[in-house]
This record gives sequence, C-alpha cells and structure tokens, in this order.
Amino acid sequence: MGIDFLILMKQEWMVIAILLILLFIKVSSDDWQNENILKLVNILLLINLITGFFGYRDGILFNEMFKTNHLIVTEKNILSLGTFIVSLQSYAWLRNNKLVLEFYLLLLSTLLGMFYMISAGNLLMFYLGLELSSIPLAALANFDLEKRKSGEAAFKFIISSAFASGLLLFGISLVYGTTGTLTLSALSDHLDGSSLQIFAFILLISGFGFKISTVPFHLWTADVYEGSPVTVTSYFSVISKGSVLFVFVTVLYTAFKSYAITWNHILFILSVLTMVIGNLFAIRQNNIKRFLAFSSISQVGFILIGMSGQSQAGTASVVYFILIYTFSNLGAFGVISLVSAYTGRENLEDYKGFYKTNPRLSWVLAISLFSLAGIPPTAGFFGKFFLLMAGAGQGNYLLITIAALNMVVSLYYYLKIIKVIFMDSNENPIKRLLTPSSPKLALIICTTGIILTGFVGYIYEYIFSMSTIF
Amino acid sequence: MNEISITQILFVSTALFFIGMYGLFTRRNMITMLMAIEIILNSVNINFVAFNKYLYPGKLDGVFFTIFIITIAAAEAAMAIAIIINLYRSHHSIDVEDAEEMKY
Repeated sequence: MGIDFLILMKQEWMVIAILLILLFIKVSSDDWQNENILKLVNILLLINLITGFFGYRDGILFNEMFKTNHLIVTEKNILSLGTFIVSLQSYAWLRNNKLVLEFYLLLLSTLLGMFYMISAGNLLMFYLGLELSSIPLAALANFDLEKRKSGEAAFKFIISSAFASGLLLFGISLVYGTTGTLTLSALSDHLDGSSLQIFAFILLISGFGFKISTVPFHLWTADVYEGSPVTVTSYFSVISKGSVLFVFVTVLYTAFKSYAITWNHILFILSVLTMVIGNLFAIRQNNIKRFLAFSSISQVGFILIGMSGQSQAGTASVVYFILIYTFSNLGAFGVISLVSAYTGRENLEDYKGFYKTNPRLSWVLAISLFSLAGIPPTAGFFGKFFLLMAGAGQGNYLLITIAALNMVVSLYYYLKIIKVIFMDSNENPIKRLLTPSSPKLALIICTTGIILTGFVGYIYEYIFSMSTIF
Repeated sequence: MNEISITQILFVSTALFFIGMYGLFTRRNMITMLMAIEIILNSVNINFVAFNKYLYPGKLDGVFFTIFIITIAAAEAAMAIAIIINLYRSHHSIDVEDAEEMKY
C-alpha cells in the first residue's frame, strides 16, 4: 500500500484532479469566457492522455477491488484519447452554451466511472463503475433541454439502463448465492454449472447485451442516438460502448472461463442477429445519426465474433478494433456534428452535393465510412480482418461466412451515403462551413489514425503482446 | 413456529423481480415505470441479504452490496425524475405514449 495507491490509480487521480479544477472554476465567481474554458479543458484532457502513457505497473489494491495491468492501462488510454477527440469536436456546439462546465463535469464523471469499471476486480466495484458511467450519461443525453427529442432520448436511456442494471444485479445476486464470492478471479473456481448458475449467467449476459446494444436488446439505441446532441451521441457510440466491451471480454475470459462452451453458443446467436438486423435496419434510415446508430450496432456483431475466439488473439483483436472504431466513428461524427451545429440539418438528403461545397469534410467523412465498411487501405479492414481471424481460430466457419456476407450488405449502405455526398446534385446544398481549429485538429487526428493504425503493424503486435494475461 | 427457509425467501424475491418486470412492460405512466424498476432492485436486495444470512453468515459481502444498491437506486431515481420533469415541460404529459417522436 502507501505510495502504490497513488501510482496504480494514476489515471483515476488525473480525472479526479481535472474534475476538481473544473468544480473550482464553477464555484468561483469569475466570469470565464467559453472559449477559454474549452481551451483549458482540452489542454487538461491532453495532459491526461499523455500522462497515461508513462509509468504503468501491474498491481492489485483494496483487497482485489481494484486491479490494473498493462492491457487495462492501454484500454484506459484508448478511452482518454476518444474523450479528447470528442471534446475537441464539441467546440462548435458548446461555444455558445452557458452550461459548458456542467457538460464537462458530467462527461468526466462518466469517464471516471468507466475507468473504475475497467479496473474492477470485484462485481461490487464493477456495478458502481457501471452506474457512475451510465447515470450522468442520461443527463448528458438530455443536454439540449428545450428540445423534445432530447428529453425523450434521455428517458428511454435511463429506463433501459436501469432495467439492464436490474437484470445484471439479479444475475450477480444469484452468482453470489451459488458461489459465495464476488471477486472475479476467485469466481471461476467456484462455478459448477448448476442450472441456477446458468440462469444467473444468462441474466448477466442480457444485462451486458443492453449496455453494448446487441440485437434482442438494441431497441433503445437508435432512439437515444437520434435524440441526443451529436457530441453526446458520438460519446455514447464509441466511449461508453467501448468501455463495456472491454469489461465484457474480461468477465467472459476470466470469471466465466469454465462456461466457455455455453457463452460461445450465446455469442454465436447474438452476433448473427446483431449483424443481420443491424445491417438491414441501417439500409432504411434517413436520419444520419440513426443510420450511424444501426451501423454501430452491426459493428458490435463483428466484435462479438472476435470475442468468441477465446484466445489471446480474441482479446487483442477486440481492443485493436475498438481503437480503430474510435477513430473511424469519431471521424464520421466529427463531420456530422459540425454540420449539425452550424445548420441543424441531420437528414441524408441534406448531404446531397456536400462535396461541391465542402470537399475536405466530404473526404474525411468518406474515409471514415470506408474504414467502417472495412475497405482495404483503411484501418477498418485490418480491424475486421483480425476479428474474423480470431473467430476462425475456433473453427466456426459458418459464423465467419455469415460475417463476410454481412460485410457486403454493409458496403451497400455505406456506399449509398458516399454516392449522396459525391454524386447527387442539390439546389440547396449545405453551405460552405468554416472549420474552427479544434474540430479541425480532431478530424486530422481521426484521419491519421484511420490511415496509420492499419499500416503500422507494431500497434497490433503491441496490443497482442499485452493480452497474455488471460 | 417453524424457521423460514431460504427457498421461501427466494420465492418472494423472484416473484417481486417478475412483478417489477411485468409492471415495467405494461404501465404507461413514467413514474410507475420508475417504481417498477425500484421493485426489481429491491428484489435483488432481498436476494443478497437472504444469501448472506443463510449461506455465508461469516461474511458481509451481500449486506454491503445491498447498501450500495439502495444508494445508487436513489441516485438513479433522482436523475430519472429530473428527466421526467423536464419531459413534462416539453410534452405536458408523463405518459410514455406521448413521447413517441422517434420510432423504428
């Protein structure tokens, strides 16, 4: 203990420090300009991101409540990076918002919750982290207070997230009853496969399924994504979902290792349903946020394939794909949030002739969509390739075939958007947008990430070498 | 009088869990839906306390978990009610059927 507890929880302390600084600014009566606050927060988040890369150590704290290792530190860094990009992109939307500090206080509270959730070594700690990351998110979804859709989205989110927590908790209580322990590392030795445990396990999986929006539990996703402000939507789709996926891998691979056969079947069904229904519904969407919601649902289906690999490659490919997904989804959302903040237009038809007026933004959007579709030069291809390779390690070729067919279907609707942007003409196109410097920086980071993450093979090897823990 | 066995307590908690679920799916009033979720969380609390008392009396894990669930349920309810109040301002109703702008 002693100094350990400062070093091992370094990233959490950083976020807490930023939260306290913002709280002091809020309480002090000085009138800060929004521009200055945004600059300050972006610099603090950048410091948070950079310090994350230095000085990691493996360790366990508080009687295995909190654990950390190299992979967990990297996962937290991916989340910090994503939050930094989201914060840069929110500039156009928050510039004239009076509640900018409240926005960041809520946003960083959720980030803190995700950090604790990823580091959790105990189901109690996991539950606390999960709730700390989902309750403030509901407030964020309602951040456009006067918009009708925003309130509707927030209500749908809080009810479905509370219901999911209820399922998860009932599962946890039955696990506790049958095993007598809540520690994740001790759990696998106590599982004996009784029917009560299987029931608890299915409840747990459905709780997780709600949070990562796999198909039978996905109904809230599209509505919440459509109603929330675009910045919050991008945070939902990347950071919030990514963090739960990280934990899902850890829980399945360590605590429920002995149930591998059971959850392999469950993952098979879930991933097929998620890919097929996500893709089919994405085709008929007109609102671009709703479209990206269904596209993100189908991406989760692909991630579940990698997860079903049950190997070192399984973990590595999931983490690697989420890194790429962060870049590509945030790239797409960056352009959409700019358009939405300046013109308020979010429909697909509005993007007709977008290339004529905003060629650079069109290219960023196109590259991001190519990466989401998995077209070779972009990183998305490598991400999906590793996911399918990890899935194929189990010899489940039927699943891989379905996934490959689904990639073709998904190509159709991604290309449909690219056709709208580049080829269709429009009498009333979106006017030329002047990109402010911080969203521009975010888009540059995303585009570089999309291109480089695939080609720099070192990144995958680095993540792969860390994934030996399981 | 006979000692109450754990099976009976588990029966009560499971029944409460499904009553809560039924309430959540059938009620159209937002506050009532929130109450249904509280019922679900309370059924979990009963489970934890019962398991702790009957099966693992030496440890306190279950009781701690219950205390945390109660606290967080309060936070969740506060947030949900704030959202419902805001929704009432824009929709002039707390019936979920009126909040139906986004579908499919």
